[in-house]
Amino acid sequence: MFWSCIGLVFRYGIPLWCCAGLTVTEASVSEHETALDYGFFSFASKAEVLEKSKQFWNPDKTTFWSESGVPLVIDRREDYFIYDVSGTRLIDVHLNGGTYNLGHRNPEVVQAITVAMQHFDIGNHHFPSLARTALAEALISSAPPGLTKVIYGSGGGEAIDIAIKTARHTTQKRKIVSIVKAYHGHTGLAVGTGDDRFSKLFLSDQPEDFPHVPFNDLDAMEDALRGRDVAAVIMETIPATFGFPLPEPGYLEAVKSLCEKYDALYIADEVQTGLMRTGELWGITKHGIAPDILVTGKGISGGMYPIAAVLVSERCAGWLREDGFGHISTFGGAELGCIAALKALEICSRTETRSMVHYISDFVGRGLREIQATYPDWFTGIRQNGVVMGLEFAHPQGAKFVMKRLYENGVWAIFSTLDPRVLQFKPGILLKREVAEELLDRVEVSIAKARNDVLAEAGGLR
Amino acid sequence: MSDTIFELPLEPAGVPRGRAMIERADWAARAFASYDAASVQRIVDAAAAAGAARAQEFAEWAVRETGFGVASHKVVKNLACSTGIAAAYRAADFVDPVVDAAARIVSVPRPAGVVLALTPSTNPVATVYFKILLALLTRNAIVISPHPYAKAVCAEAARTMAEAAIAAGAPDGCIQVVDEPSIPLVNALMTDPRTDVIVATGGSLMVRAAYRSGNPAIGVGPGNVPVLVDASADLAAAAKRIVESKAFDNSVLCTNESVLIVEDAAADRLLDHMRRAGAHLLSDADRDKVRDLVFPDGQVDTRWIGKDAGAIARAAGVRVPASTSVLLAPFDLVVPEEPLAHEKLFPVLGIVRVASAGRGIDAAKAVLRITGEGHSAAIHSTDARTIMEFSAAVRVLRVSVNVGNSLGSSGLSTNLALSMTIGTGFFGRSAVGENLEPKHLVNWTRIAYNSDASVPMADFAGIAPWSAPQGVVPAYPRASNDPGAGSGGGAAATARPDLVEATWPGGELREEIRRLIIDELNAIVRG
Repeated sequence: MFWSCIGLVFRYGIPLWCCAGLTVTEASVSEHETALDYGFFSFASKAEVLEKSKQFWNPDKTTFWSESGVPLVIDRREDYFIYDVSGTRLIDVHLNGGTYNLGHRNPEVVQAITVAMQHFDIGNHHFPSLARTALAEALISSAPPGLTKVIYGSGGGEAIDIAIKTARHTTQKRKIVSIVKAYHGHTGLAVGTGDDRFSKLFLSDQPEDFPHVPFNDLDAMEDALRGRDVAAVIMETIPATFGFPLPEPGYLEAVKSLCEKYDALYIADEVQTGLMRTGELWGITKHGIAPDILVTGKGISGGMYPIAAVLVSERCAGWLREDGFGHISTFGGAELGCIAALKALEICSRTETRSMVHYISDFVGRGLREIQATYPDWFTGIRQNGVVMGLEFAHPQGAKFVMKRLYENGVWAIFSTLDPRVLQFKPGILLKREVAEELLDRVEVSIAKARNDVLAEAGGLR
Repeated sequence: MSDTIFELPLEPAGVPRGRAMIERADWAARAFASYDAASVQRIVDAAAAAGAARAQEFAEWAVRETGFGVASHKVVKNLACSTGIAAAYRAADFVDPVVDAAARIVSVPRPAGVVLALTPSTNPVATVYFKILLALLTRNAIVISPHPYAKAVCAEAARTMAEAAIAAGAPDGCIQVVDEPSIPLVNALMTDPRTDVIVATGGSLMVRAAYRSGNPAIGVGPGNVPVLVDASADLAAAAKRIVESKAFDNSVLCTNESVLIVEDAAADRLLDHMRRAGAHLLSDADRDKVRDLVFPDGQVDTRWIGKDAGAIARAAGVRVPASTSVLLAPFDLVVPEEPLAHEKLFPVLGIVRVASAGRGIDAAKAVLRITGEGHSAAIHSTDARTIMEFSAAVRVLRVSVNVGNSLGSSGLSTNLALSMTIGTGFFGRSAVGENLEPKHLVNWTRIAYNSDASVPMADFAGIAPWSAPQGVVPAYPRASNDPGAGSGGGAAATARPDLVEATWPGGELREEIRRLIIDELNAIVRG
């Protein structure tokens, strides 16, 4: 059947039927260490890739990962597996923050955009468009009540900028409140909502316009809003880069009430909590909150074609009536991205998918709690809402040790940049049962080994 | 989506959705496989009662949707395949381990996992009910792909049982049904590596495809039932039974009589009794008209499947008494080129006179050479020697004796396993030679001790590997810091018994349904 061989056909990201003139062969790829010949480009070895990566791309990042015990250069990718160019297979529970929510090269998404490429390209951002309109309608029908219009960005950062600009236009106020250790992207405005580490480096911190308040602290939030000079509060439903600390029960609801009380808008950043990851399509609906603005990115691309979207209420849609050219983005809402997003949204919205997420959440959660019971002094906590999970370890850099051991044992999960005690653990929403079982086996062994590492090398548990 | 503007093919929309159903079923099966016997019993009873409560409605709907059969007869099948099946297996246990101290073996039942059920248009709801209950009895998840002619009623029937089963505590997604069946979808489901067993009831092409899929399959071949009446038979009773069986649901059961073979010495008397029972013997000229209608150019016209005798006679331009329920079509030679010797899923019964019981056996073998090997045959006789000779000669795996075959071979009016899926065994190119029953969907892990009695065998009494589910399955994903979430992420148990009481018929209704089935069955058996 056509579909059953898609894994082979697209094995190297290149349809083999049009490879006649290229040199991708089984032999050349199986000899990774000596030759990485992809037709489009070739390297003599993985070492050469790393060397040139330092030379031409990003020396610090390249070195960081090698020194962290994660010398990963991704070659093949399929389902929830990624393969280093050396051939090592990893189960991906990082998913680039949910970008690979549906797995790598999800066959349905691949098929959708492959077919769509026979007709569509990025499109012209000025004109009404088939695909943008279709996706906007689909997003609005899926969304929490009150959201009526969609604005597109080419990525999450731009979408956050759009959300902030929209809030400012709507309220005619400048301030945007976010939480300490927030991460909403690294573009011009979004970077202001986040940790200083990423703004001061570029002399881009804007503390007057972007006050930060501690998470789960309602008094601090009220203090920030009391002056009625805040345009919006922006919240990730669960702050990802901070290691998924869970909002205390009632916290988000109270923040929303405070927004209403002090005439600020509520921007729900659902980039990592949307698309069924909490067991509902949008995590914010589990709190009964109807946000004024909702941002989605990452997973909405299906992991195949970058796109992000901002869903706004009619109240916030003013500039779209007043000056629709107010925000221009050539790639925002690229039509191929819209096709990928339509398919991704459809897959996420299926009854079957929702049911599976509940099973996966239940199964992996139970398995992790069993592992935790074995190493309670080291594996100290599990933050979980659906398949959004943060694993807490008893060392300030604990998650880095676990990450390294997981990598050695065939699992890719990343520490939380803004709280390296916590490992981000993000299983896919379509994870197969046997892969989930295998994942837990690998995690158990890795956590045990990392515990020994910390006891031996890092001054013990603390 | 094949006629969109694109040049490349788009997979039919239902196919990926079907794969998602199998994946979901895989999760459900994993959860279900650890349920204890009491929970399973509660789920089976709930699903069966919910099915029985809508037996009448679905019988009428099935006739309306497919144009096949007789609603009142379908009610009987729907009840038999819901509460009837639950009652039939009440004493059976496909869940608890079995200890055989003498053999020093403990057997632990292990469900197949994901059952893919293909169900026919002729017995749509009954087969859906039947396969769902077999799956539930054995703790399997099931995905049903109904025949396109009956897709709406089958989907609703499956959902009716699914809702009741879930309310009674079954894992989410353990019963699913395809709304828009298509050939690409069925192929995708059959060849999916997560499909653990295919149970295929339907046409030969589909059954062969199931066996080619690479997955374990239980597919059954077609029937073409010869029925022999010898001179020793109670002719009045035989006549009545055959006519009623042939008229039952307008012959859509694969167990319905196809060719009546009668000893010359008894033929006139038998035909006389059959006439009084509602059969009409066609003249040679009328027979040719009927044959030309239902087998134009020698090939069966499926439009006549499940239509009543009067409608067929009218369409053929043949005058028959108003009370006619079966048309008798005489012919002489049982050979492949005689259309009337082929399977007839409509109330036209071929009739062949033979000089002796021995010649009758030869004729019966000839019927089965055309089609129907491994399936069923029937005999009306009081002579053990003839019955044995017949049964040992015809290539079938069940011979109904002195009973109508429609309900005889399907176990409704014999003590064969009550079944909508008749295993045709090696004769009929099938993996199963018995009537399909729950045991076919479960394997057993054998814990085998050293046969040397001096090696002690542990006492397994009271050791149960299974348990009742804690709350809904799977737990709703609540935040782990939600005080209502229990130990992190798990939802608190719901008040399931209340739910169950609200959605499944209470004891009185259940009794009523049970009584109704028994009455209906008795009426049929009595004739």
